[in-house]
Amino acid sequence: MDVIRQKLPSGQPGQTDFRSQQLRARDMLRGDLEGPELEEYVQSRIITTTLDKAVAWARGNAMFPATFGLACCAIEMMSIVAARVDVARFGFEAFRASPRQADLLILSGRVSIKMAPVVRRIYDQMLEPKWAIAMGACSSSMGVFNNYAIVPADKFMPVDVHVPGCPPRPEALMHGILKLRQQIQLDPALGWRARYGATDTVEVLPDEGEQLLARADELTVMEPGEPKGA
Amino acid sequence: MPDATGLELLAGGLRDKLPDAVLGTLHFRGKGTLLIDPRHIRATLQHLREQEGWTFLASVHGVDYYPEEPRLGVHYELLSMARQDRLTVKIRVHTEAPTVESVTPDWPTADHQEREVYDMFGVVFEGHPDLRRILMPEDYQGHPQRRDFPIGGEPVLFTHDESSNPGWTR
Amino acid sequence: MDAMSDITTTGADPAAGKSAYRRMEDSVDLSELQHPVGDLDTELLTLNMGPHHPATHGVLRLLVQLDGEIVRDIKPIIGYVHTGIEKTAEDKSYWKVIPVVERMDYLSYFFNAYAYCGAVETLLDLEVPKRAQYLRVIHMELNRIMSHLVWLGTSALDVGAMSMFWYCFREREQILDLFEQSTGQRMHTRYFQVGGVMEDIPDGWIENVRKFTAKMPERVGQYRALLNKNEILLQRLRGVCTLDEETLFGLGVTGPLLRAAGNPWDLRKAMPYSSYEDFDFQVPVGTEGDNYDRYVVRVQEMLESVKIIDQALDNLPEGPTITGDRKIALPPRHELATSMEALIHHFKLVTEGFRVPPGEVYFPCEAPRGELACFVRSDGSSKPARVHMRDPSFVNLQATAPMCKDAYIADLIATLAMLDPVLGGIDR
Repeated sequence: MDVIRQKLPSGQPGQTDFRSQQLRARDMLRGDLEGPELEEYVQSRIITTTLDKAVAWARGNAMFPATFGLACCAIEMMSIVAARVDVARFGFEAFRASPRQADLLILSGRVSIKMAPVVRRIYDQMLEPKWAIAMGACSSSMGVFNNYAIVPADKFMPVDVHVPGCPPRPEALMHGILKLRQQIQLDPALGWRARYGATDTVEVLPDEGEQLLARADELTVMEPGEPKGA
Repeated sequence: MPDATGLELLAGGLRDKLPDAVLGTLHFRGKGTLLIDPRHIRATLQHLREQEGWTFLASVHGVDYYPEEPRLGVHYELLSMARQDRLTVKIRVHTEAPTVESVTPDWPTADHQEREVYDMFGVVFEGHPDLRRILMPEDYQGHPQRRDFPIGGEPVLFTHDESSNPGWTR
Repeated sequence: MDAMSDITTTGADPAAGKSAYRRMEDSVDLSELQHPVGDLDTELLTLNMGPHHPATHGVLRLLVQLDGEIVRDIKPIIGYVHTGIEKTAEDKSYWKVIPVVERMDYLSYFFNAYAYCGAVETLLDLEVPKRAQYLRVIHMELNRIMSHLVWLGTSALDVGAMSMFWYCFREREQILDLFEQSTGQRMHTRYFQVGGVMEDIPDGWIENVRKFTAKMPERVGQYRALLNKNEILLQRLRGVCTLDEETLFGLGVTGPLLRAAGNPWDLRKAMPYSSYEDFDFQVPVGTEGDNYDRYVVRVQEMLESVKIIDQALDNLPEGPTITGDRKIALPPRHELATSMEALIHHFKLVTEGFRVPPGEVYFPCEAPRGELACFVRSDGSSKPARVHMRDPSFVNLQATAPMCKDAYIADLIATLAMLDPVLGGIDR
């Protein structure tokens, strides 16, 4: 029998293509992987330890949302803290004012172009692991208003769950939050760069903008007012 | 509302005081409007407050009359609480010379409202204590609520173009 | 110290309107700490509050110049939730503007819709049926109660009385249930249409409203029992950030703020619209113009709204709920099967919309925060040429600086709460 050894492409486990994942799986089942390769493989596939599982369970059950009410959806977000749809049942009633202490950003309301850098800054100030929910139609897409003044949240920050509605009922927002909780408790990839495969992204400070524009042919730089781009 | 004759009397009183201020009067749906020369707006409002009792300035807002010239209009809505009466004072300026004397020193309520008219339409209020953009970012270019400013927005995503356009929602 | 013993008793002096603690504070003269030129020891600190701040009631940014803990100047910076609603409204036909315009002042959506529909009805010279007017009044007053409940819940939260939030939102949920039953949506209901209301109320709605209005006075009594004589609330609100009526008048402030200062101007009484002259209610007016009066005026307004709703339900007339003019309002669905004209009207209204004769109209109404007016300019086509909302919070915000001058930061927070700014209306 021919034993074919194939060198796997180096890099993050999540970034290999399907064929090499298949080969690794086959090697693992046949007992051909050993040592650090085996550990790497196992870690990338399942939460091995009970400790990881417990930590993920605890994370999901005690998230601290950041108070980020922008517009009408904020009133419905306040409704979920109220007694009818009580978010304290799930452990989320501790809304933190400081983003440094929060791990969930519920973007409730329309993000205007003046507010977008502020939102991004607050998202950056949050500590890993952090998640974001785009609540309502305006933050998920442009919503009711498709005009010069609004930015959809996906354009400048990664969003995990979009909750549609204008405004979404408190039950709908609760459903979105619970979906996120399920994702946290089951999915091992925690940092947003790993979740989105965004390892090549770069954070740009406003003063670096000119230099980046000079390198515009190798980077994709979006001009203001230009909807197309990556 | 001053009825049509009351409006004409008002305009007549104003013409006596400020000869070339009143360019026209209009009575529409039970409400009176005075069309005033932009150079006399502050004096007109003062006269209306002191002589005629229109003491409350409810609103200062701009209108773009594109394509009619003069294009940019500023409306001043006056209210007399004693007589439960309303009056509109209108001025119109061209885009090339959009300067109007600010009424903020006499009417403090016009502060933010004139800034909004400047921000959205580009009407420059001379004598305003702090004329900066109020709703748009400070370094924004353009005056969004003019009729020839594009409405902007993102293209609507359908199934056939969601991966190519705009591409950041992959 | 004698002053300390004054603090522990109820130090409210009805003659001065201020507690002993406040009088002690006022007796300290800080005028030599005015910003002098070239003196490094006394410098004003500029502190930026917001736009992301738990107590600024939305995305309001305040640049506060502080002298220790005393506020010397405030510059509000707004625009962080500017949505270009007025520009969007120029792009849509008259019917489709209603949901867009509702989302401006997001706590008083019925009022936004009413101001706009009233303006378009004035342009069209259209008469609204009596039943529709009464239904509009009922929904608007329910909305007024709901807006004041949200105000009370969040303001009490800011001042420290956290449990009020849950009580007020419990009542708010009941009102939203009523809205959902009659209009189908909790917020931004799109119920007011040009010419009347969308549909008639369902069976059982009137009984539900009566159940609500029967219990509401007792609930307001409970809020008062919690807050009105609470020592902490009194010290934080009584005599704090008073502004006299002339300054407020000059600043264009309307609504409960002006009424708390003593001016009884209320559009529902002074220039009645939409059958408000049929109802017997009172307008609460304050005497001193401090934060406590603003609080008391709004709480009393909730009770007056309950009275209006009860009277409207008692005298609700029969009749159509929207104008019969088929060129403006959609024909009822059953007519579409039999009448050709109804089909054509329906088609034209849905695709193009109705045309409005050219003209300009400024239509005011009394929103929970003050005079909310809609300016509509039409040029004869099926889309408005300019829609502008004169939002009360936008104009009322100019009163922040004079009110909070020489007050503490904590008083600034309490005053912002009592001002009741809603940033959606400010920024539009």
